[in-house]
Amino acid sequence: MTMTSRKTYKLNARLTLALLASGISFWSLTTTAVAADNLNVLTWCDHEDPALLEPFEKANNVKINFKDIDSTAAALAVLGQSKPGDWDVLVVDQTDTGRLVQMKILAPLNAKDFPFADIPAEIADAKLSSVDGTLYTVPEKFGYNTVAFNKAAVDPKAMEDINAIWDPKYKGRIAIYDYYVPVIEYVAIALGKKPADLNSADLPAIKEKLIALKANAAMVGDVTTVQQALATGAVDILVGGGEWVTAGMAKDNPDLDYVIPTQGGVRWQQGLGVFAASNNKDLATKFVQYIVSPEAQGKLATSSCYWGMPANSKAVLNDEQKKILRWADQPGYIKVSHPYLQMTSDFDKELQALWAQVLQSN
Amino acid sequence: MAQSVDVQSTEARAARRGRLAGFAFTLPAVAWILLFFAAPIVIMAVYSLMPLAPDGSLSSFSLQNYQRFFGEAAYVQAIWNSVVTTAVVVVISLILAYPFAYIIAYKIPKRWQRLALAFAILPFWTSYVVRSYAWLLVLAPTGVINWALRALHLSDKPIILAYNAGATTLGFVHFFIMLNALTIYANLVQINPRYVLAAQDLGASAFRSFLAVTLPLSVPGMAVGAFLTVVLCIGDFITPQILGGMKELLLPQVIMMQLQRQLDLPMASAMSLVLTLIVAIVYLALQRQLRMSRL
Repeated sequence: MTMTSRKTYKLNARLTLALLASGISFWSLTTTAVAADNLNVLTWCDHEDPALLEPFEKANNVKINFKDIDSTAAALAVLGQSKPGDWDVLVVDQTDTGRLVQMKILAPLNAKDFPFADIPAEIADAKLSSVDGTLYTVPEKFGYNTVAFNKAAVDPKAMEDINAIWDPKYKGRIAIYDYYVPVIEYVAIALGKKPADLNSADLPAIKEKLIALKANAAMVGDVTTVQQALATGAVDILVGGGEWVTAGMAKDNPDLDYVIPTQGGVRWQQGLGVFAASNNKDLATKFVQYIVSPEAQGKLATSSCYWGMPANSKAVLNDEQKKILRWADQPGYIKVSHPYLQMTSDFDKELQALWAQVLQSN
Repeated sequence: MAQSVDVQSTEARAARRGRLAGFAFTLPAVAWILLFFAAPIVIMAVYSLMPLAPDGSLSSFSLQNYQRFFGEAAYVQAIWNSVVTTAVVVVISLILAYPFAYIIAYKIPKRWQRLALAFAILPFWTSYVVRSYAWLLVLAPTGVINWALRALHLSDKPIILAYNAGATTLGFVHFFIMLNALTIYANLVQINPRYVLAAQDLGASAFRSFLAVTLPLSVPGMAVGAFLTVVLCIGDFITPQILGGMKELLLPQVIMMQLQRQLDLPMASAMSLVLTLIVAIVYLALQRQLRMSRL
């Protein structure tokens, strides 16, 4: 190595070190300036709009890191690959509250911290949010698994009868949402059974009715497939659908609609919980409080991912949004709808096997 | 005498060094297989024997998951559906791919062969999911075919072409024709043309020489293509999910059912091991023909 190249080498080394040092200090300064804290949220896609998260981030000088999940099972898979304390807040299907408490995943919450007075009694039902009198999840959004349809092709009045979907005139025009819990429950309602009382003895009749429904349907599919089928006109009716399918597309296709039949429907309900292993429980609780506040509830209800009814009846929504969400019909809808089944692991396996039998039937 | 002993020990040392060097060269490959193939299989096997308890923990060792799997006719039916679908896809893909590969190898001038092959592998360039949805756009009641039938007044009502086992098979075949064409082509161009000339010199017709010479010598290419088709097709979840309309369940769909709600990894592991076993049986059946050196 020559003298010049050695000098150049030394200069380059100093320059690199200096740049590295200044880079590190700049990074630490900027991260301190931007956010003093981080909050890690396992969430469904409807909590990811910047318009929803930014006000909380700015007010609390915190950065919200979220990971997208689409079910409780997906959340459990992420937790299985994480260290305790990695996650602070969980968005959960409230029917799974008991299961997660049994797994010691959720931290107890104080009901006084949340606006339960503004949440309809059926939505605030302790059976979905509490275990042994202790609150673990706070309801934030709900909707229905009932029947969605294209009213340009189907008479909306006819859809008010839950048994219409078995009518041969709709053969090949029906899609069924592939989530066995609400669909089995919906068929049980059609059979006049009370979902909360379902047991193994009810399953043969439900299976027979489901097989008949499948024979009348063009397809069974996941969220994307059935939504696409309804939107493109491949089918006219979606069993298991609801406002979560139609409301977001209302502007582009106002003919897509849903109804809760007079016999009843199924109600999905999601809630927020704080992880028992969170190192940031106070901030996590504050985030839950923010999400159930009227302003955030309006944004959550009209999320770019999917729409749904806000749990807080004081949610800030304009008249057009309320119309699309059928705001005025909600008291009646809530009364005739049943929440998801809360069941033992063994009964869940029975339902899953029943669903597989139905799908394998010719 | 002493000199002969020295020579022998030198040779022995050289042989030992050679063996060690050989071992050292294969070590990365062996380590890779142990770490990323053998170890996961062992973990899956252990998991499959520890059923999921209601509180999410693992129970003690038992065959409960296998009993549940083989005790449920709908799950066993899924194995059968997967095997039949895969077999149909393999046969159709081979039948369609062979003439395609033959034409590229023997009928197209050498300078155009690369371009023809590039066209052959075009479908590989698009995402698997996108390709399946593209087929849906063609086959759906509102798709291209039904639109054309209505425009030509050949049908008033849409014909159900999508959302069934036939659509799944079509989606698979579209992909695997290309894969099989590649393996068969690679085999065909290695066959010495003098063998065919010799057969024709001895009086065999072009068809007879194809049956007696070219076809038997191209079996390794077909076997490799068939095996790759089995491996990729039998474990695929996306195509039947998008195109099949769940008119019947294939094994990967039943495996996903175990994960989507309960995250029942032990049950999914038991089912996945059965799937692995099927692939292993196919491998053993085709082993004599699976000569990668011919590709």
